[in-house]
Parts: sequence; structure tokens; C-alpha cells
Amino acid sequence: MAEWKSICTLEEIPRLGSRVVRSTSGNIAVFRTSSGEVFALRDRCPHQGGPLSQGLVHGNQVTCPLHGWKLRLDSGEAVAPDQGCSRRYPIRVESGTVFLEI
Amino acid sequence: MGRKKLVMVGNGMAGVRTLEELLKIAPDQYEITVFGAEPHPNYNRILLSPVLAGEMTIQDIILNDHQWYADHGITLHLGRKVKRIDRTQRRVLAEDGTEAAYDRLLLATGSNPFILPVPGNDLPGVISYRDIGDTDAMIDAARRYRHAVVIGGGLLGLEAANGLKLRGMDVTVVHLADWLLERQLDRTAGQMLQKSLEDRGLKFLLGKQTEMLIAGESGRVAGVRLKDGLQIPAELVVMAVGIRPNTALAESAGIYCHRGIVVNDTMQTYDPKIYAVGECVAHRGIAYGLVAPLFEQGKVAANHLGNYGISRYTGSVTSTKLKVTGIDLFSAGDFFGNQETEEIVLNDAAAGVYKKLVIKDNKLVGGVLYGDTADGPWYFQLLRDGQDIHEIRDHLLFGQSHVGDVGHQGHSKAAAMADSAEVCGCNGVSKGSIVKAIKEKGLFTLDDIKKHTKAASSCGSCAGLCEQILSATIGGAYTPAASNRKAVCGCTDYSHQEVRDAIRAKHLLTVPEVMRFLEWQTADGCDKCRPAINYYLISTWPQEARDDPRSRLINERAHANIQKDGTYSVVPRMWGGLTTASELRRIADVAEKYQVPTIKVTGGQRIDLLGIRKEDLIGVWKDLGMPSGHAYGKSIRTVKTCVGKEHCRFGTQLAMNMGVKLEKMLFDMYAPHKVKLAVSGCPRNCAEAGIKDVGVIGVDSGYELYVGGNGGIKTEVAQFFVKVTSDEEVLEYGGAFLQLYREEGYYLERTCHYLERVGLEHAKNRVVEDEENRKALYGRLLAELKDRPDPWAERIRGVERNEYEMLTL
Repeated sequence: MAEWKSICTLEEIPRLGSRVVRSTSGNIAVFRTSSGEVFALRDRCPHQGGPLSQGLVHGNQVTCPLHGWKLRLDSGEAVAPDQGCSRRYPIRVESGTVFLEI
Repeated sequence: MGRKKLVMVGNGMAGVRTLEELLKIAPDQYEITVFGAEPHPNYNRILLSPVLAGEMTIQDIILNDHQWYADHGITLHLGRKVKRIDRTQRRVLAEDGTEAAYDRLLLATGSNPFILPVPGNDLPGVISYRDIGDTDAMIDAARRYRHAVVIGGGLLGLEAANGLKLRGMDVTVVHLADWLLERQLDRTAGQMLQKSLEDRGLKFLLGKQTEMLIAGESGRVAGVRLKDGLQIPAELVVMAVGIRPNTALAESAGIYCHRGIVVNDTMQTYDPKIYAVGECVAHRGIAYGLVAPLFEQGKVAANHLGNYGISRYTGSVTSTKLKVTGIDLFSAGDFFGNQETEEIVLNDAAAGVYKKLVIKDNKLVGGVLYGDTADGPWYFQLLRDGQDIHEIRDHLLFGQSHVGDVGHQGHSKAAAMADSAEVCGCNGVSKGSIVKAIKEKGLFTLDDIKKHTKAASSCGSCAGLCEQILSATIGGAYTPAASNRKAVCGCTDYSHQEVRDAIRAKHLLTVPEVMRFLEWQTADGCDKCRPAINYYLISTWPQEARDDPRSRLINERAHANIQKDGTYSVVPRMWGGLTTASELRRIADVAEKYQVPTIKVTGGQRIDLLGIRKEDLIGVWKDLGMPSGHAYGKSIRTVKTCVGKEHCRFGTQLAMNMGVKLEKMLFDMYAPHKVKLAVSGCPRNCAEAGIKDVGVIGVDSGYELYVGGNGGIKTEVAQFFVKVTSDEEVLEYGGAFLQLYREEGYYLERTCHYLERVGLEHAKNRVVEDEENRKALYGRLLAELKDRPDPWAERIRGVERNEYEMLTL
């Protein structure tokens, strides 16, 4: 059963940065964009498994640190011409605290 | 308020490219309507010749299918010719009565083939070579008739002749000038071309003028009569004697035209609501017929239509390539030369190779290559950059791979490669798959190739090879930008130099400030431009601008090297490659405590601990008690040394001591790219100083300094810089050179590339000859590097702690 769990405060995720959440089903990358939105994706690039949390965030995308694939944070889809997808997790911010549904 | 209306007349490559550029930067600004006289969606006109030759089909060369227009909400009227523009009511009217109102009008009406004013020019069987219709007519004629005459020995004429010959016709080319391609080739190259085409069975009549075309009994053309009385049979006559900008519609609307629709540098016509791009345009008196300049025009027009208003088109230098499979020729610039120019010529008639380079004031101003055009793109780049070539003049004619470069990219020549040959060794991309992507996806730039095939997207050493393949596949359509004008990335049109200049001139201090001032086209840039901007900020305003960790790629942000499995490697600093028993003991203890799976001795004379988990990094650094080796940074890496006079019986200088001094001086020095040094104690050079950014070789009377060496992607032997006598001078000259590189090098440009761009003379003038400037450079370097903290020690203290801690549920 999925439930919402508090993981950190919004301030603990740097703007244009990310954090990694350890979970039993693998690491989850949590991103914060320049506009303040947060997103969560499985921390594995569909290309060769690179840790997306270590990539550079720009707009609503992250560039994988290993081979430069770009993935959309809102859908987990790779930006064309690359093809692939990383799983999304529901995430929300409530009075400064970040909740992840898992 | 409803969206504004944009109407485009003409559905060709230049016009549609303009729409694509516009949709990129202002996707919702206009409701777009397109009128095309041909019944086809936008196709790649450049590839009509391969279609004629039977190497491709029409379907292969469609660039934007109907779906593309539908996806972007564009109303497409095909097969409808616009006959009138009503400028007062702001609407256009097509021949079939279709009307469209506009707020902005874009004219991209292209050009018309020039038809010789001779009797019989309107007979059935007399065509020009311009569009899919003409191509179909030629293919059809080749099935039914035997004799073809092509009038005009220019690029298009020869491509048509070659295609008709391949389709089995008996082809004669009639040409007015004394040699083929007289505007693209000199006489020697033109004659070589003629010979190889004659070997393929084509016939030529040069220096001949057409008098009339003669009709046969059926009313179809049957022959061509020349002014000298000669008469030749022809059931198909192709006129390829040039093109004229199609200005009829614009002129009828009273828009000023003179050898084309006259536009200013923003591609605006004399009517401010009407823009024009492509072959129909006369810009500064020139009408371009090659696709690359037209794409540049399209980009500028889109910028203004999209209300950005910051871009200007200032004209183009073009190059030529003939798209006849198996014939290699290339020309660019002023290849005839005059009294003020010098020529370097190689003419090997038996091997079918001819090269002529024209030089003026130590700069390449033109060239013709025949038979071996592998270096065409390189020469063209030198020409566009206006680079001083006197240092490489001896080798210039033999091409790029002879100019001191023995690296990966020097191995192969694109033309000679088999389709199965590997071009990109990093990503395993073959020549065949690159050519396929260029043709099927309609790629025009190196960036397109990187995106679609991944070739040249990793180490980049095959970029030159990819450019050769691109140029061989699409011919003159490929025109690289001058190096100093190449955009930083797809987020902007500004070059590295322009970004750096703006930061200095406007005293910009943060990444967002730079992006705002230069009107970046993406919200936060990308992984290419943000690190570059960050570097220019902190290197231009070292005391004021603050380093932005979010603009650093992961290695420099984490201060360790990420590995393929997501773990990190740690390389502690060993000054000059020297260590102690105590350090080695601590390294051993760390390796056991953190169960380090791999311990490796590096090429930079230190020890690499591989397989460390990120959350262990701080503990590892703390337990090591050694400073960062910066093995992860665009910064000083190591100073490699030999044992020198300290121990070696041949040593002339204290190499280890000198190396340690240099490394301590340069500690934590960030730079455009990584920086490696070496010090050898004698000319036997055991520290391999010849392939370092700064190499120091001890001799009995002092030290020799070498700069710009590189042992990596592009193996490059360092060049002699200066001879000095003391340790202090090694620090001062070496330091000043590195500071010059830090201030002038583009981000991710190694010293060898930097020197290739600015020339060794420039660096010598600034550092060796100019004492005052040298001391100033050296002073700035020391001031910046004074009391630099060790990044590992700072993180042990708690800086950027979030970076290393994981969250739990």
C-alpha cells in the first residue's frame, strides 16, 4: 500500500539541485527546479543506469552525469532523439515539508 | 486577444527552416498559413541529384511531412500559387481564389531557372532542373529517349548530366566557358574534372554557344544547333545556366527589388511588415544559392518575427562541393588569386590529385582541392577564422593530420572509409549509420549528428571526421560557423568570446544575470553553458563572483570522480609524485576500513582509490589526512617529476624540488580545462614533459619550458616556449603562461587547442617578450591562488553537507 511519507524540508533540497532518498526498492532522486517545483524519479537513467540525482538540473529537465541523456522531470521521459523512461513518484510540498508517496 | 497572423509564401527549405526556428523560440505567437506552388511538402532540394542518379527516392528527401504542419497547427495550401499581395488590406490572394490575411508576411519564393532566350526554348522536351517535377520529367525522358543535351557546365548542370548518364542516356554538356565549373574551379582543376567525367562516358563541348533548339516531326525537341554551325541530336534538353531570384510577386506589390527582394540585416524588406528569406533575397547586393547562408537568414528572420530583435545577418562566405558520387572537389574563397596573393600548389596528374591554396598576408583566402578533399572543411575553417598560418605554412598543403597531430582524428579520411568503418570509437557509430541519418533525418550540422547518432558527442575527437562526412554527403550545404562565432550551445546564439566580453564589459556577477542580459533562450541554460558561464564569471571577477556549485558538473561538485556504477574515486595529492611511509600506511588503512575494491597507481604519479560510496567520501578524506588531488577538476591536476639531480647520476637540475614548488604554487587553480605539468631533470625527459600543458626540462645551464603539449585525445607535442636560468623564472614564465590561458582560453579548450586558435606567437609576445605584461599576469595568478583552501578540508568542516547525505524514509 502506497502512503505519503515526509522526507525532508524544501530548504534541504538546493534550488537547481537534488537529494537521494534511500528506499527498499532502490534509490529515488528528488529534484527542485529554479521555479521551486519538486519532482521525484527513480535514480536510474534508462540508458545505462546512471544516477540521475548526480546530474545537472535545468528547466524541467536533468542531464544524466554519465553520458548526457536528458530526461524530463515531469514525465521521466528521455528528450528526443533518445528514447526511454525512468519511473516517476508522486511528490508534494506542504507548508515547507516534502512528502513522497511510496 | 487572438494570435497574430503570419503568412508565408513559398514552401521551400529556407522558408520552412525559418518557421522551425520561429516555433522554437515563440511557439504560440502566430497563427501560421503557408502557400506552396508545388504539390509537395517541404523537401531537401539539395538531394534531387541523388534522386535523379537513382541513389535515393523522393520519399527519402521529404523534410517535413504533412503531419509536421498539422502538429504545429499550420494551415498548408499546396499547389496554390499566390498571385497578388494587397499591402493596404494586408492579405494575399492565390490563383485559385484562396485568400489569407496577415499581420506579418514572409516571402520565401525562391528562384527560377534562367531560360536562354533562343528560338525553340519552349518546345516539349526542353526543361530546367529545379524541382521534383523537373526531376520526374528527366527520369521519364531517360526511359523513352536516347540523346540528352545539358546546357551549362555548372554544378547543377553536371549533376543533371551525371544522373542522366547513369540512367542510360547519351549525354552531351554544352558550356559557354573554356572549362567546367569556371566559377568554382581554376582551369587545371576544371580540366581534371572534365577528364574523369569523360571517363564515365559524358561528352563535352566547351566554349560553345547555343543558337537554337530544333523541333522534330512530333513537335518535340530533336536537336541543338550551336553558333559555330554544329548540330547535335537531343530529345531532352536541360537548361542549367543559372538561377534568377523569383521577385515577380514582390515587384507586382511594389516592394523594392534589385537582383532580388532587397532586405536589411534583419531580413526585413522595404515594407516593415514583410520579411523575406532564401534565394529570392538580395542582401547587401548578394543573392545566395546555397542552403547554409539561407538557414542563417532564416534564423535571423525568426528572431525578429519572434519579437526578440537581437540578431543580425551580415553575409556569408560559401564553399562548393559537387555531389557526383566518386568525384571529390572542393573550393572556397578567392581561389584564382591576384598580384597580391601567393599560391601553394600540388599537382599530381597521374594520381588525379590537385590542390591549390591561395594566401594573402599570411592568411588563407581561397583554395581548390580536386581528388583529395578530406581537408576541405579544415581549410574552410582556417579561411573563415582568418587565422594566421605562417607557423604551419610548411605543412599546410598536406592537411590537418600533418600539422603535428598524430591523435585519433588523424587516422582516417572520410571519403576513403567503408560504410562499415567505425567513426566514433566512444559510441561505436559507423560511417554508414551517420550517412544514413544525415539523409533520412535531413541533418545539416555537427550538432544534429551528435544528437541523432551520438557520434562525436563523447570525447569529440571524431568531430572533424563527422564534419567531413557531412560535407561529403550534403555538399556546399554544410558551412561551419567561424570558430570564434560558434554558439556556446543551443541555449544561445552568442559565442564563448561574446559571453566573456559581456561579463567583463557589464560587470556581470551571477549566472542568472548573464542569462538575463544576453537573453538566454532557455530558463536555466544546460549542462554545456552553465559550467562555461560559471567559469567565465569566476575567472573574470575572482574577488567578486561566487562559484556556483549548481553550475558545476558532478565531479567538481562532489570533488571526486563519478564511475559507471555511481560510486566515486578518490585521488589524494602527492606533491610532485612524492609520498611518505605514513601517507601510504593511512591509504592502506582507509582501503581496508572502507573495503575499497580497487587501488590503482595513476599516470600522474599518485594513488587512486576506486569504488567509494558517495556517503563515505567525507570519512575517507578525513581518515586520509591528505589534500585533494583535484583528479576530478577542470583545474591543475599533477606535476609529474623524474628523480632529478637529487638521485640520478645524469640529472642536471633538482626536478622533484622544482615540481613540488610548481604544484604548491598552482594548488586549486581552476582553468578552462584540466592542466598537467611535468619537470624532468635532464633532456632524457623521463617525466614526459613533451606532452604536458607546461613541460619543464632541466639542462645544465637552467631550464627549457615547453607549452601546449597533450597526451590525450589529440596527441600533441609541446612547443618550445623559452629558456630560463632559475627556479623563480620557471615559476614566473610558467605561471604567466597559465594565467594567460585562464584569461583567454574558452571553457573546455585545452592549452593545445587554445594555442592552435591564437598562435604560439601571441603567447610568446604576451609572456616572453613583454616583461611588464608577464609580471602582471604572474601577479594576478599569485593573488588569486593565495591561501586557497583545500576543498576536501572544507567539506570535512561541513561545507555543502547536503551533497553527501542521503535521505531516508
